Amino acid sequence: MSIWSKHQIFEKNSFVLLIGILVAVSIGGLVEIAPLFYLKSTIEKTEGMRPYTPLELAGREIYIREGCYLCHSQMVRPMRDELERYGHYSLAAESMYDHPFQWGSKRTGPDLARVGGKYSDAWHVEHLIDPRSLVPASIMPGYPFLAENELEIRDIENMLKANMFVGVPYTDEQLASAKMDIRAQAMPDSDAAYEFVERWPTAIVRDYDGNPEKVTEMDAMVAYLQMLGTLVDFSIYDDKANLR
Amino acid sequence: MLSLEEGGFALFLVLLAFACLIVAGKTFDQVMAFHASVGALIAAGGVFYIFKNYFDDGGVQIPQEIDGKPNYNLGPIKFGAVAAMFWGIAGFTVGLIIALQLAYPALNFDLPWTNFGRLRPLHTSAVIFAFGGNVLLATSMYVVQRTSRARMPGKILPWFVIVGYNVFILIAGTGYLLGVTQSKEYAEPEWYADLWLTIVWVAYLLLFLGTIWKRKEPHIYVANWFYLAFIVTIAMLHITNNLAVPVSIYSTQSVIVWSGVQDAMVQWWYGHNAVGFFLTAGFLAIMYYFVPKRAERPVYSYRLSIVHFWALIFIYIWAGPHHLHYTALPQWASTLGATFSIILWMPSWGGMINGLMTLSGAWDKLRTDPVLRMMVVSVAFYGMSTFEGPLMSLRAVNSLSHYTDWTIGHVHSGALGWVGYISFGALYCLVPWLWNKKSLYSLKLVDWHFWVSTIGIVLYITAMWVSGIMQGLMWRAYDSLGFLEYSFIETVEAMHPFYVVRALGGALFVIGALIMAYNLWMTVRYGEAEEAEAAPTGSLAAAE
Repeated sequence: MSIWSKHQIFEKNSFVLLIGILVAVSIGGLVEIAPLFYLKSTIEKTEGMRPYTPLELAGREIYIREGCYLCHSQMVRPMRDELERYGHYSLAAESMYDHPFQWGSKRTGPDLARVGGKYSDAWHVEHLIDPRSLVPASIMPGYPFLAENELEIRDIENMLKANMFVGVPYTDEQLASAKMDIRAQAMPDSDAAYEFVERWPTAIVRDYDGNPEKVTEMDAMVAYLQMLGTLVDFSIYDDKANLR
Repeated sequence: MLSLEEGGFALFLVLLAFACLIVAGKTFDQVMAFHASVGALIAAGGVFYIFKNYFDDGGVQIPQEIDGKPNYNLGPIKFGAVAAMFWGIAGFTVGLIIALQLAYPALNFDLPWTNFGRLRPLHTSAVIFAFGGNVLLATSMYVVQRTSRARMPGKILPWFVIVGYNVFILIAGTGYLLGVTQSKEYAEPEWYADLWLTIVWVAYLLLFLGTIWKRKEPHIYVANWFYLAFIVTIAMLHITNNLAVPVSIYSTQSVIVWSGVQDAMVQWWYGHNAVGFFLTAGFLAIMYYFVPKRAERPVYSYRLSIVHFWALIFIYIWAGPHHLHYTALPQWASTLGATFSIILWMPSWGGMINGLMTLSGAWDKLRTDPVLRMMVVSVAFYGMSTFEGPLMSLRAVNSLSHYTDWTIGHVHSGALGWVGYISFGALYCLVPWLWNKKSLYSLKLVDWHFWVSTIGIVLYITAMWVSGIMQGLMWRAYDSLGFLEYSFIETVEAMHPFYVVRALGGALFVIGALIMAYNLWMTVRYGEAEEAEAAPTGSLAAAE
């Protein structure tokens, strides 16, 4: 009885109970989360990684808005079948600029971590408009409205600023020209496209939706999909560099 | 004189209404304009209600006791019970719709606001936060008053909590349909909804603690420990996981401060403990009050409740990283998560035993009381899914089960079986108590609800076991020449029959809930009134 009666201090005093609860529920999270901010393997620097261009970032926002992450993961696990199906396993560095991350938790559709470059722009446009025209057994919804909606660009500078605030290293020049760049990346024949390439040497300029009339949400979405998993060159990647 | 509380709330709501109007006027984001207008309207409505109430009753104090008995505040609890039933049916129905969409994709209609990607968060939030949340708010307000033998503090505060919470649901839900989400699973609402929920939640904590401070009993009853742990921990998780920088105050969008690996860890620390503290600790509190009350037996073991409580809340918080096996998260972290998941089996089953054994000497009631049967089966489902969970957290099992429907099945055995049934049981108890009725309109209908939805759950989870395990095996199958045997789309095609069975199970669950709503409506409308209110039974004297 003696030991159990000591528990009465929690039962008779709400503040003691409150403190007890706070202590009990704090420890696990601290032990598991805090080290991730200084361990070498979780803050690795890898050659090729760069922040998203304004157009890609806008595409990512549409990917989030439409809930794509609910059916598509972006995290290739180091297992034989996944490596053969999707490519090199995903690195921590590859999602370092993802606020928030898009690893997902379900594969109703295939993983998209390395979908960039696997299909043509035209395939993506057609597939997003009507998935079953290309993959008859697909159960994906169609997104025809992406091709019609003009891309909203009024907030793109604020979007970049918010990203800079949480640590994404956009340069001041990239910020200043964001409004121009978001359109330039989808208008290959424009003068702005030349300047864009100077600011974003590893980004690709294309008319992603095949519609030169306007820059649409489809442009942004396909630009995002086509760059996924393409930044790190695995022929020169050193997988031992971040071991300790 | 207007009391300090009334004046304070009125001032706060006036300021809020003006802030909302300014945002609505200056934004070019149509959804933000809509949400800010809704916010302004509701805040203005709140101010109107405060003054109307004041002029109607002339500002007299509500008596704390009548004839020596505590004058319990039941109005906000009734609101919560009705809201729970409403959101429950809405959430189950949306679940049925998205289950059908997976079987028959034409049902997406390819419109922005009807596509699976926007309806799925609507379903999860509606069932977890709208249905589950209202059940938790309503029952906790009831239980804490009863076991403290004191009226909740404040005149406006309890209404602010229950209405404010449902405003959060309204903003979050309409936001999903209009494409407003931050993509963190089970934490999809954007920054302004999160901020509002934080305010409401702090008010809820104060309301709950305030009632405990007014208690006439020396001991804080065990159910209240679980409610308190649920409230406090959800506050910690919600704030940490949702730390974000708004793109501007006129924009619905924000940028989460965490990124990549760190964000994944924070998210699943949140995600798994939304299960642990929202869907487990809170509903265990319901178990610790409603099962003994309905069975008219004391809780089986006081010592087991102490061990159960502390072990559960300490261990649960570690389990999150088992969602991230084989990812870019370091292996030590996911293994640590899995280890604690295995340890967690013990307190989980300790709690299950404490709930089930409370029926010692009253097992015969399972034959005659379908409400009690529902709660007992709920605890059995709790035992089953807390056994399956640790199993799935093992690396080897997880390599197969992760990314498949097995996870969906597991979640639903917990959600439909445990959370659903204990909530139904609590509402079946609560409605006659709140509206002062002798009994439910029909126990026969409760029986129908029980059997129809139980068949639904069994169809659902067995279909998901088969489809999940099959898809996991098909993904990793190799032919004799060493090539991958199936393309991805072949594994999708193979799921179709199971998706149909799952939708059928979901439909049965919806039908069960409709039977329940009818039964509760008839109870309130036509039930026979209770003569004199019975005194709290001895079975709930602090468990000692």
